[in-house]
Amino acid sequence: MTDQYLVTLTVNGEDHELLVTARRTLVDALRHDLHLTGTHVGCEHGVCGACTILVDGAPARACLMFAVQAEGRDLRTVESLGSPDSPNDLQRAFSEHHALQCGFCTPGFLMLAEGFLASRPRATKAEIREAVSANLCRCTGYQTIVEAVDDCASRRRCAPDTTEGEATPEPGQNDTPRPA
Amino acid sequence: MSTTVPHNPEPRFDVDGTWVGASVPRREDPRLVTGRGRFVDDITLPRMAHAQFVRSTVASGAVEEIDLTGTRDTPGVIAAFTAADLGLGDITAVLERPPSEFVPTDMPVLARDRVRFVGEPLAIVIAEDPYTAEDGVEAARVSYRSEQAVVSDEQALAEDAPLVHDNAPNNTLLDVSMFATDGIDDVFADADCVVRVDARSSRQNALPLETRGVVASWDDREEQLVVQTCTQVPHQVRTVLARSLRRDERAVRVVVPDMGGGFGQKCVVGREEIAAAAAALRLQRPVKWIEDRKDALSAAFLAREQHYDARAAFDADGRILALDVDIVCDMGAYSCYPFSAGIEPLMASSEMPGVYRVPAYRVRGRAVTTNKAPSAPYRGVSRPQHVMVMERLFERASRELGMDPVEIRRRNVITTFPYTGVNGVTYDPGTYLESLDLCEQLVRDEGWYDRKRELAREGRVLGVGYCCFNERTGYATEAFAKRKMTAVPGFDISEVRMDTTGAVVVTSGTLSHGQSHETTLAQIVATRLGLDPARVKLHQGDTDRVTYGWGTFASRSATIGGSAVSLAADRLVEKLLHIGAHMLETRPDNVELHDGGVRQRDDHGQTLSYAAIADTAYLRAERLPKDTDPGLTATASFDPPGDGTFANATHAVVAELHPGTGRVEILRYLCVEDCGIVINPQVVEGQCRGGIAQGIAGALYERISYDEQGEPSCASFIDYKVPTAGEIPDVEIHHLETPSDLTENGAKGVGEGGTIGAPAAVLNAVNDALRPTGIELDTTPIAPETVQRALEESS
Ligand code: FES
Ligand code: FES
Repeated sequence: MTDQYLVTLTVNGEDHELLVTARRTLVDALRHDLHLTGTHVGCEHGVCGACTILVDGAPARACLMFAVQAEGRDLRTVESLGSPDSPNDLQRAFSEHHALQCGFCTPGFLMLAEGFLASRPRATKAEIREAVSANLCRCTGYQTIVEAVDDCASRRRCAPDTTEGEATPEPGQNDTPRPA
Repeated sequence: MSTTVPHNPEPRFDVDGTWVGASVPRREDPRLVTGRGRFVDDITLPRMAHAQFVRSTVASGAVEEIDLTGTRDTPGVIAAFTAADLGLGDITAVLERPPSEFVPTDMPVLARDRVRFVGEPLAIVIAEDPYTAEDGVEAARVSYRSEQAVVSDEQALAEDAPLVHDNAPNNTLLDVSMFATDGIDDVFADADCVVRVDARSSRQNALPLETRGVVASWDDREEQLVVQTCTQVPHQVRTVLARSLRRDERAVRVVVPDMGGGFGQKCVVGREEIAAAAAALRLQRPVKWIEDRKDALSAAFLAREQHYDARAAFDADGRILALDVDIVCDMGAYSCYPFSAGIEPLMASSEMPGVYRVPAYRVRGRAVTTNKAPSAPYRGVSRPQHVMVMERLFERASRELGMDPVEIRRRNVITTFPYTGVNGVTYDPGTYLESLDLCEQLVRDEGWYDRKRELAREGRVLGVGYCCFNERTGYATEAFAKRKMTAVPGFDISEVRMDTTGAVVVTSGTLSHGQSHETTLAQIVATRLGLDPARVKLHQGDTDRVTYGWGTFASRSATIGGSAVSLAADRLVEKLLHIGAHMLETRPDNVELHDGGVRQRDDHGQTLSYAAIADTAYLRAERLPKDTDPGLTATASFDPPGDGTFANATHAVVAELHPGTGRVEILRYLCVEDCGIVINPQVVEGQCRGGIAQGIAGALYERISYDEQGEPSCASFIDYKVPTAGEIPDVEIHHLETPSDLTENGAKGVGEGGTIGAPAAVLNAVNDALRPTGIELDTTPIAPETVQRALEESS
């Protein structure tokens, strides 16, 4: 059998040791080794964004990384946000604005938006739309996703203890092919 | 923002508090926004193995040898099976039509002696993990005697064309000529104006973001094959599984987990579902198959490749006199089950006249078979195309006659109901004219006509386009039977069960793959019972929990599924009142529902909670009236009467064409829709917006093409251009509300409408912008190069 590597992945603040082959993608390791199935797979070639997680605070496609490359990085998945009983403000905004139908794309959009808003808390709606255009949704037509993110952003700006100013790397958006 | 047309003033609900009409927060959301949904690929079972398929690399040819030696020797591969190894029955969809009209074709689960499209499954490889399954697939060696592929409808119909199926002459699977009003040729000969539209739409992928997938396992205790699969039609998958594996249906259970969309692609039975289940039985191990995106793009069910040659005759006042259409649908290599290759041409042929009073009609509809991945119904089925053709005919006639394009529609839309059309279909009341008027008014009020003129002076190119259409949503058994299907969808069965705490479980044969049934069907039942919707839980998508059903497609869930749950809830209400009256020691007509219980009409202090009644019904059955069975369950079925109900809408698009790039930018999108009684406004608007996005995708972006060898052009999302938030505009929605008398809640269904209206509205806007060039475009998607060329040629 193919060689296995022992890696330590830091996911949602917890360290996990696991044995993986060199070709095991990060998204497969998260989903099928750590059973964090909230991160989804829609294409495996870096376009749809269903697999978006935060790597050291910036949105990244977990299908384009190998698990062995993720050692020593701070990985955050949708499971790090709120729970069904107490969703976080962004998750609540998605629900309030009907920003999801089937919900398959949702974890990817949530993590994309978390990463984006952390680095760009004052983003305009047009900038949010631009950021959101990195991922695909087949159900909603995007309008409500943009509105949910925008609403959450403005509420965060109004909240007294804003997290604004936190040093977070610029998210890797705009690296995605779009219709000509 | 919403406008309401006065409607039936009679209250439909006589219980306290109605949840119907409220944007109740979705029941589905808490799990889906936290990553706790359970989609098929989230399921893991002990000893689960993983499947992938060896697929054909040629479009047409005889299979000489499938050599799986290398596959079986691959480390981690458990087994590999060909058709000969599994010996499964074929999947065959049949229409009860004479051989001159319909030719049934067998779709083998795994191809045997010949292959008919690139991507057709030939063998299933089972391995310890998905990576080694792929290694096993790569190690397979297949040799073919390649033959000339048939890759277009013209080629298929050519005299000397090779045959895709030996039993289908002229590569024709369906050929029907319908209606043919007497004297129609004379009408054309004598008409003031005859216009013609030759339109093509491209092959598209419905493209649920979650690809297809299945986990199949054997349950020793239940003596049952359990197939967890993302399908819109679980009972139909069960039927094919049972027949193909030659087992009792009881011994097969199909369970649908959370689904990442379907849009029709998952409303037919997939060969891979059957093969994976057969492998699980053979190996006595759970088998999971998850389709990869490459296979999903090219080898899953596709749709929409159609060619229309349409003529319409008009009088000098712009009244349509006759319609004559030849429709050819390229259905690819096989008939899908249960709908058959007739699905697209039959839909287009029967529904083409749409919202217009067409006095004379003749149509020929054909399904041709080619060496491409087969077609399945896709959101709207043919209506996005034939509505586009009708709307183009009216636009063209308006130009010929020098009339305003909205005015010509106004003169022709049906305004008195019920209306029985030349197609033999009876339409229930709708707001065709009202939606058209309101939509045009909104465009005017926003000043788009003036802006267009002003901006033209600056050299900017804007156009305004409309689409007025209806959509039959409640397809009854009778309506499908008219198409001569031998598996006839239509009805739905529902059971409502109250437990000893007064909480309710309701079953539906429809199932959500994004449409929010857990929320909306609970709203309906809660309204009927006067309960909080949070106390109503839906069971859907499980053939052991749900008696029988036809699943979710064709906007049928709110109309048919919603009616079935309503009737079942009403029956439960009767029983609750009956037991309640007995317990209160009063007459049955002296009790009513009130606040989650029953109270005495003439003494409101006399009340019983549902829990108290349920306690009697289950735990103290000796206290029940003599004529009453214990327990609190009720079952009902619903099948829409007659031709079913019609939703309608008018869409308006303002588009700008960018001369440098040929890009079509949508500046404004307005939708005035009437889906009858709205159960949940937020959900309805979501369906409209999502549908419109898919319609725009078809009009401007998405296309799967094939080269001469039948090789598809789309291996990834790089080639298949799915629009993002950068391309899809915001949509403003206005509601009209004409309650349907044909459904229990007055709802008309809304799932597909958006997709139907968008292509015509976009195309008409583009053509309006191109008007000064004299060029008209009738083919989708509209390529930027085409727009660029049109603008260049004229400047
Ligand atoms: S699955 Fe990673 S981008 Fe689609
Ligand atoms: S909600 Fe279904 S893909 Fe976005």
